[in-house]
Amino acid sequence: MTPDLMRAGAQAKRDAERRAVALHAGNRGGRETSYSRVVNAGELDVTHGAILYLEDITVSFDGFKALNALSLSISAGEMRCIIGPNGAGKTTMMDVITGKTRPDAGRAFFGSTIDLLRLRENEIASVGVGRKFQKPTVFEQLSVFENLELALKADRGVRASLFFRLSGEQLDRIGQMLVLIHLKDSAQRTAGMLSHGQKQWLEIGMLLMQNPKLLLLDEPVAGMTDEETERTAELFLSLEGSHSLVVVEHDMKFIHELTHGNPAKKVTVLHEGSVLAEGSLADVQQDEKVVEVYLGR
Amino acid sequence: MSAVLPSPAATAIVPRRGLLLGIRGWAGVTIALAVVAVVVPVMNLLMPEGSVFHLSDYAVQLVAKIMCYAMAALAMDLIWGYTGILSLGHGVFFALGGYAMGMYLMRQIGRDGQYRMDMPDFMVFLNWKEYPWHWALSNSFVAQMALVVLAPGVLAFVFGFFAFRSRIKGVYFSIITQAMTYAMMLLFFRNETGFGGNNGFTDFKRILGTPIATPSMRMLLFVITGCTLIGFFLMARAIVSSKFGRVLQAIRDAESRVMFTGYDPLRYKLAIWTLSAVMCGIAGALYVPQVGIINPSEMTPAASIEIAIWTAVGGRATLVGPIVGAFFVNGAKSWFTQVFPEFWLYFLGALFIAVTLFLPGGIVGIFRHPKVLALLGRSERREGGADA
Repeated sequence: MTPDLMRAGAQAKRDAERRAVALHAGNRGGRETSYSRVVNAGELDVTHGAILYLEDITVSFDGFKALNALSLSISAGEMRCIIGPNGAGKTTMMDVITGKTRPDAGRAFFGSTIDLLRLRENEIASVGVGRKFQKPTVFEQLSVFENLELALKADRGVRASLFFRLSGEQLDRIGQMLVLIHLKDSAQRTAGMLSHGQKQWLEIGMLLMQNPKLLLLDEPVAGMTDEETERTAELFLSLEGSHSLVVVEHDMKFIHELTHGNPAKKVTVLHEGSVLAEGSLADVQQDEKVVEVYLGR
Repeated sequence: MSAVLPSPAATAIVPRRGLLLGIRGWAGVTIALAVVAVVVPVMNLLMPEGSVFHLSDYAVQLVAKIMCYAMAALAMDLIWGYTGILSLGHGVFFALGGYAMGMYLMRQIGRDGQYRMDMPDFMVFLNWKEYPWHWALSNSFVAQMALVVLAPGVLAFVFGFFAFRSRIKGVYFSIITQAMTYAMMLLFFRNETGFGGNNGFTDFKRILGTPIATPSMRMLLFVITGCTLIGFFLMARAIVSSKFGRVLQAIRDAESRVMFTGYDPLRYKLAIWTLSAVMCGIAGALYVPQVGIINPSEMTPAASIEIAIWTAVGGRATLVGPIVGAFFVNGAKSWFTQVFPEFWLYFLGALFIAVTLFLPGGIVGIFRHPKVLALLGRSERREGGADA
């Protein structure tokens, strides 16, 4: 890059910022386009609409294809439910997105600029992908408060954490989160003492503390009571729009709860490592191939 | 701070954090400091030999030695108790610090050795005419003290970087640390590496030009050792009560969650691993002038395992635990080896099994058991609370 180009780029960025201030730029969902917009490296860019884009992802374990040329695109602000029988590749797909498993072939992009296959797990988490595991995974020996504190968005460096002090604002955020996940009275309890459902909630709370743009939720209501399930559905629906969510679930009742407000909401059915059907829940349930996979064998 | 929270009841959510220790904790530290820096010197140097208050040179030396072990156990606790990484190679770092100090002490002997030559006896014996390259700075106290920190630090950093980057965990990590200490031991046993072979370094005469065997020099080293141990304790306390310390405990409990929360476990593990090695090195450097010898037996696999035993017996993931454990096990050792020398190893083995089976929290764990606390009339505290 030549100095004059760099100067021009810097000037364009300054102009864009000045314009943004002049317009009192509110929240336009990050979709604003303009000719002078400078894309900063490592920053999420969703101007093309998609927040997650998987293309022809193939993963094989000893010859068994866990994912077979899987292609999937999730829009910014969308809530996408993914269903599929056991072994359909749902968890492997999440492993690929979060960097735990490297695919043999294919491309995975977060926004239109961030190549997920080049980043390590912690870097993927830092750019804004949060993941909830199938089995609730919290820091059992730490208190609920400390669990949330560690998840709080802050500098992840060693030196920064050695000298970290909670600010009033951050304390506020933890307080609000404790209320949201109904664990305010258990703030000082050791996380290992919580019930299964409460651990699920704590893990969801930890995800939200990271301010992720995309939430990957692997069977989030497993082991929850009916009431907890209902409250979880409410929480997820409230996140829709400001966050993008990918929910993997077996529980059709829960899927129904998530989609019944908007019958056109897309549901994806995975089977043998690729997409079998995609469409509204009603369409998918009537699809002959889906019925065959789920019922006829 | 609590006024901004959503409801008044929310004050309860904020953990009590402030001073490093509670009142009792600081009182304990002050007493320890007074004992180390005032009581012991007075009892050893000023009280007449026959007095009940006289403390023998033997006792002073024993306590000094055990305090060095306690530092190593404390270092082990940071990496094992808090981070969940069991190292069975910490003896190497201890010995490296000891050898760095030993090299300086060997040069301080001057012409007072058996052969009355300028070079250390073992080099004269091997008919060496000049110093090997790694002895180049051994005449400088400052350079060797830097080496006390750098030799274990650099070894730990390089070893840890490759092991943690390859995500070697659990028992596999423990095994390669055993292999490391064994390999280092074989290296130091060889005459041509320039570390005195199986005899190591001994027969020290002076430190910083002053005779090393005088009562006042002994006492000075004792006081320095005690203060270093207390300093290490406070430093470890500051570390484990910081957010850094909580990330370490999080790595121990659920490393994948730590990663998916955006932390890079490699950096955290490497930082605490290297620090732990440096602490061991300093302990070794203080150990050598007081015990008067360093040889490759400090690098045997068993020596490293013993450090882990002190920590386990005292109580992992508590900071007083490893210190208590080092004193208990080594105190028992010096008593046993005098009274029933042949049974010591059986006792050590039985102790380790008993602690593993019946006392997962170690000796300190007994005092944290709800029933014992009730007996003592104190309320239950959460792990890692203000208790020192």
